[in-house]
Amino acid sequence: MSMQGPIATGRCATGIPSARLAVWWLLASEVFIFGGLIAVFLLYKFNGAPGMEDASLTVTWAGALNTFVLLTSSLTIVLAHDAAEHGDGHKAFKFTWITIAGGLIFMCVKAFEYYSKISHGVGFTTNIFWSFYFTMTGLHALHVMGGMIIMGLVSFDVRKGRNLQRTELVGLYWHFVDIVWIFLFPMLYIANF
Amino acid sequence: MSESAHAHPNYVKIWAILLGLLIVSLIGPEIGHAFDAPWIIVVTAFGIAVVKAYMVCADFMHLRFEKKIVWFLLLASLIVISAVFFFGVASDVIKTTGQNWEDCVANKTCTVEQRIIVTPHTYAEVSAAHDAQTHSGQ
Repeated sequence: MSMQGPIATGRCATGIPSARLAVWWLLASEVFIFGGLIAVFLLYKFNGAPGMEDASLTVTWAGALNTFVLLTSSLTIVLAHDAAEHGDGHKAFKFTWITIAGGLIFMCVKAFEYYSKISHGVGFTTNIFWSFYFTMTGLHALHVMGGMIIMGLVSFDVRKGRNLQRTELVGLYWHFVDIVWIFLFPMLYIANF
Repeated sequence: MSESAHAHPNYVKIWAILLGLLIVSLIGPEIGHAFDAPWIIVVTAFGIAVVKAYMVCADFMHLRFEKKIVWFLLLASLIVISAVFFFGVASDVIKTTGQNWEDCVANKTCTVEQRIIVTPHTYAEVSAAHDAQTHSGQ
């Protein structure tokens, strides 16, 4: 047996490497998870469900800061991908860890927001808005944590110049996490009407 | 890697545009509130979100250079989920009455406070209310 890795990763009947196609499939399934929540939230909001006006009680600057952090981390992970494409594992490693730091800042801001709400007695069952708020941001935060862990695991191989293509794969996932937040931000923070 | 054949976009420039759009999406809703124009809020909040998401997809995720099958995969997901939620859920969200329930707040026949008072919270209260309703019907 050769040491080239699993045969499946080399197959590309669609013209797309299998590993990358698998990530696209994963992201398509994630569209259903977050898309379902977003669709139902918008249906309730545009139908004028009572409680939806509580969007005015969220901390806009915290949401904006987190949007800035995630957009910036999207830049750093694509720069890591670019470095990996050029075979520079050390640079890819550095940018990957800057991205992980971005994820950490995001989680700290989110923890501050959760604390400020829960300490004022606002929780999951307060009303429909807060049910959506905690469900969607909680699920998104789990994805952020998952992304940070995967990036950390992948980065050490990349630093040694091995499996550089994995930087692109975790990058695709991270961009998706960013896109979800791009939609959650206006829904939960700025579209108060 | 597979994208080596195409020229990459200027990532920092894309990022700067995204930050510019973020600022517009923060200012837009304020203007919408000032002029009492919800459409400005919808366009600047959700419209710009769609533009930002497209830019991240196209330029950061390289979807611009990706094979058509990936576009098909993602668009099919979006179309199917839109259809499922429109036909499957929208009717439930819009309805204010059902076989065994009524959303009196949405019907404008009660306030939120009144609904909290009249709505049983515990299982015992729910079953007591149900029993009372059943006996009164006999």
